[in-house]
Amino acid sequence: MNIPKTLYEKLIGSHTVCQLDDKGHVLLYIDRQVLNEYTSPQAFSGLRDANRDLWRANTSLAVVDHVNSTEPQRVSVGPQEGGALQVNYFAKNCEKFGIELFDILDSRQGIEHVVAPEQGFILPGMTVAAGDSHTTTYGALGAFGFGIGTSEIEHLLATQTLIYKKLKTMRVTVNGTLGLGITSKDVVMEMIRDIGASGATGYAIEFCGSTIESMSVEARMTICNMAVEAGARGAFMAPDEVVYAYLKPKPRVPKGELWDRAVEQWKQLYTDADARFDREVTIDANSIEPMVTWGTSPDQALIISGVVPNPRDNIDLAKRKSMTRSLQYMGLQAGTAMQGIAITHAFIGSCTNARIEDLRQVAEIVKEQKVADGVRAMIVPGSSKVRAQAQEEGLADIFINAGFEWRQSGCSMCLAMNDDVLNPGDRCASSTNRNFEGRQGAGVRTHLMSPAMVAAAAIKGHLCDVRDWEIN
Amino acid sequence: MDAFTIEIGKIAPFMTANIDTDVIMPKQFLKGIDRNGLDKGVFFDQRFLLSGEPNPEFVLNKPQWIGARFLAVGANFGCGSSREHAVWGLKQLGVRALIGTTFAGIFYDNCQRNGLLVIELDEKLMTQFGEHVASGEIQEIEIDLLRQKIKLTAKNEINFELDPMRKEALMQGLDAIGSTLQRTEAIKSFEKQHLMNNPWLG
Repeated sequence: MNIPKTLYEKLIGSHTVCQLDDKGHVLLYIDRQVLNEYTSPQAFSGLRDANRDLWRANTSLAVVDHVNSTEPQRVSVGPQEGGALQVNYFAKNCEKFGIELFDILDSRQGIEHVVAPEQGFILPGMTVAAGDSHTTTYGALGAFGFGIGTSEIEHLLATQTLIYKKLKTMRVTVNGTLGLGITSKDVVMEMIRDIGASGATGYAIEFCGSTIESMSVEARMTICNMAVEAGARGAFMAPDEVVYAYLKPKPRVPKGELWDRAVEQWKQLYTDADARFDREVTIDANSIEPMVTWGTSPDQALIISGVVPNPRDNIDLAKRKSMTRSLQYMGLQAGTAMQGIAITHAFIGSCTNARIEDLRQVAEIVKEQKVADGVRAMIVPGSSKVRAQAQEEGLADIFINAGFEWRQSGCSMCLAMNDDVLNPGDRCASSTNRNFEGRQGAGVRTHLMSPAMVAAAAIKGHLCDVRDWEIN
Repeated sequence: MDAFTIEIGKIAPFMTANIDTDVIMPKQFLKGIDRNGLDKGVFFDQRFLLSGEPNPEFVLNKPQWIGARFLAVGANFGCGSSREHAVWGLKQLGVRALIGTTFAGIFYDNCQRNGLLVIELDEKLMTQFGEHVASGEIQEIEIDLLRQKIKLTAKNEINFELDPMRKEALMQGLDAIGSTLQRTEAIKSFEKQHLMNNPWLG
């Protein structure tokens, strides 16, 4: 009798070139890699210095996303000296090594984790690695994606493999129906709050349950994307008909008979009944409320109807200290109602939440409304294709009429590596993934939430419950 | 990669949990195409005042911990962004090892690739160790990678675990790409079969 296997074990097993030791290290074959301009330069320099070539150039896709300007008027390089250096070196490397590049002016440009799925570059059952922690996003397609550093990129480009240590497995089961105005962002934020910022460190997460099954692929991507904020080095869902329907019209997927063969094979990508996980977590979707962060770690989150917690209520001394520090940085007092907190900025963007479905939700909230006085509100679509589609659907007009800046795509203010940087003391409602100190600029205070919640905050001028909105 | 055998030096306390790589290496230092000059960026927003002067309150600016070669760190150190610049910067600043309970996965691998030793101790032991570092009871230590020991005094040692494969790579300063390329034939034969089974991956 075969031993029942988890999907993780199947994905890793089918990509293992050889075992390297008896501690779980394997040489793992990687099917696809996505490259960006800021984590790749030293990897290319390493290849050049050692006079090494790429193992297989057509497994790579290169996208400029981190440093480019998001000003409405596109320019090929960008205003910043450092960014220009990276963009130019990236283009030179892609040309030398024969890698396909979507540069700033390309109509397919965008955030790598938005672009790769919309191109059909990522398929179920693939292993994917990229120099960006949010590579976990691809798990929504039934692929196994994870982030790597620059030295690993170099290793991957030269050998098509990584020296990989197998992870423990965690299953997160989400059952139930989400309430009106509650999104997959709230689900993943609730999970991170529950298990903590290192709750999944050393684990790969498989998500399952009726809530996940009823979600669109884009909503699933938000969950897999942000699982890394709980420390997961890989987060995925078994592919299903929803995934196949999403993929079928994409440009780079197999066509005709090959498609049918692929789907047959992808249907084997599931966890066997009775397979054992190292940890099980369950989440009741019925009880999830809109989530917001109050601190400087993604697990410092609570429901919007809550109040800023008091560090003294925590029995763990180390946690108490870090809560105190977070509150000090955030300029918040314990006991303050989250709903009243005034904002100076609202940002809708990032690989977590800037796809077309996100923008449609935002449009519903801000239609025929105006951004509050004193709030600067920006929308940075996840890709140039998303931008074009939003314009076609009339969403862009709604945003502009409401007083939002409607910008070009890129990572932008998610990590503020380009010129979209806020000033010390600014407070931003943000649809992004990290509320770290200094993430959106030194001294900037970030509150994470769903795009619909950011939209509502932009209109009200303070954090508020999107559900009140829907009732009105 | 520098080989690690025995290292002696000061250890500084950095026991806050969830120190992320944005804090270790802020965005303004990520714009190069080489690895140089990143020592300046390490903990920049905390280490320097707005005037550019060193912040006297920051742990690595305090006289007893200036020039520390080891850091005792809180749980989940290195979480967040994959930026290897954080590790390059720490190394350029002279840090040779980090001692904590848990480390973020990508950060851990980045350390390994750059010869920065990461030691994981259990929580109880680490809490005690961290307190002794913070109080100044433990100031200078010796780390012996071959024997897998942290030497606190002539009589007091802590043993630590490390995968033999990682240990060997660190001790010899191995070039991982070079050793993987010795398996070229195995990779090629795997790839041939893999692409035959999944022709859409070609």
